[in-house]
Amino acid sequence: MTTDLVLLAILMGAATYPSRAIPLLAPGVERLPPRVIEYLRLVGPAVLAALAATGTMLVVDDARRATFHVGIEWLAVGACLVLVRWRHNLFVGLLAAVAITAVARAIGLA
Amino acid sequence: MAAIAESIGPSRRRLVVDGLGIVASAAGFGLVYGLSARQAGFSLVEAVAMSVLVFAGAAQFAAVGYLGQGLGWPAIVVLTAFLNARHLLYSASLAPWLSRTPRPTKAAMAHLLTDEAFALSIAHFRRIGRADLFGYWYGAIVTTFIPWNVATIGGVLLGGAIADPRSLGLDVVFPAAMAGLALGLTVGRREMVAAATGAAIAVLASLAWDPAGGIILGGLGGPLVAMAIPGTAATTPLPPSPFGDLEAVGRPADPGGDPEIGVAP
Repeated sequence: MTTDLVLLAILMGAATYPSRAIPLLAPGVERLPPRVIEYLRLVGPAVLAALAATGTMLVVDDARRATFHVGIEWLAVGACLVLVRWRHNLFVGLLAAVAITAVARAIGLA
Repeated sequence: MAAIAESIGPSRRRLVVDGLGIVASAAGFGLVYGLSARQAGFSLVEAVAMSVLVFAGAAQFAAVGYLGQGLGWPAIVVLTAFLNARHLLYSASLAPWLSRTPRPTKAAMAHLLTDEAFALSIAHFRRIGRADLFGYWYGAIVTTFIPWNVATIGGVLLGGAIADPRSLGLDVVFPAAMAGLALGLTVGRREMVAAATGAAIAVLASLAWDPAGGIILGGLGGPLVAMAIPGTAATTPLPPSPFGDLEAVGRPADPGGDPEIGVAP
């Protein structure tokens, strides 16, 4: 069993850790101006929506080029959103999204 | 403001239920990652080392592709840092909530900070109006780290038994989970504008430039646009103030503090 890539994993982990840790560990965070705290409060919805939108609307090839895509994923994610809003239950929404996608692909609609 | 904060029990129950969706998401993607890693020639130890030490799905998938294309390690490490730069936003967003948490604890929390852990914990903190370390560890370890690593092992060991994971619809779990969690955070006009603008900027920037860069631009630009519109009464608490429970009275308790601290936007 090869272990050559363990070193690469360590290096990749070391490259990732600062972005995760620096703002958390930086002193003075508790003294941020209210406008900055309000901005940071809005980062959550913005980033999560960005991840959702790019994951639904774009296809990224091996060369990391993105192309616009319309497919069953739109309906699946939309159904998930409706269920989350209606039932307040993410798990049910995800089950519906997976079911819609799997069924559509199985019967050749996607 | 304090009156609208949930008590911790119901919020933790909501966290557990939402966490089930994240377990499904992490397990589904971990399985696909394990399959991809095996196909790319990773050994079990190498695939698991990535999932434990990097613990960042997009970067791990990208590394599988980069290695397949023969890209050198230095380039992969640099691209990993760029791809994971969005964690800066998560970390900065969580920092005010965790200002009283011991540094060694925060240093450990940082390694487990992912899209999923951030989404679950920030929603939980907002519901209860303060940080809850149990909530963070639950979101980071129970719903993400463990399923991701177990599924990685499963994917490598199962190998060719699953011909096409996409046919099972597993690829839609991540965007659906992120959309559902974003919806849970959009409780006011500013949050809605931040989410809608962030999504639009991310898609356009990804098409014009780079997918990882697009997500970062969306995360940075959405809140900027939202800040430009008049705020409505906040229905989610701000992070706890170092000057005391300001949100309970809606104005600063410390006359020397900033007059806006604790006031709903």
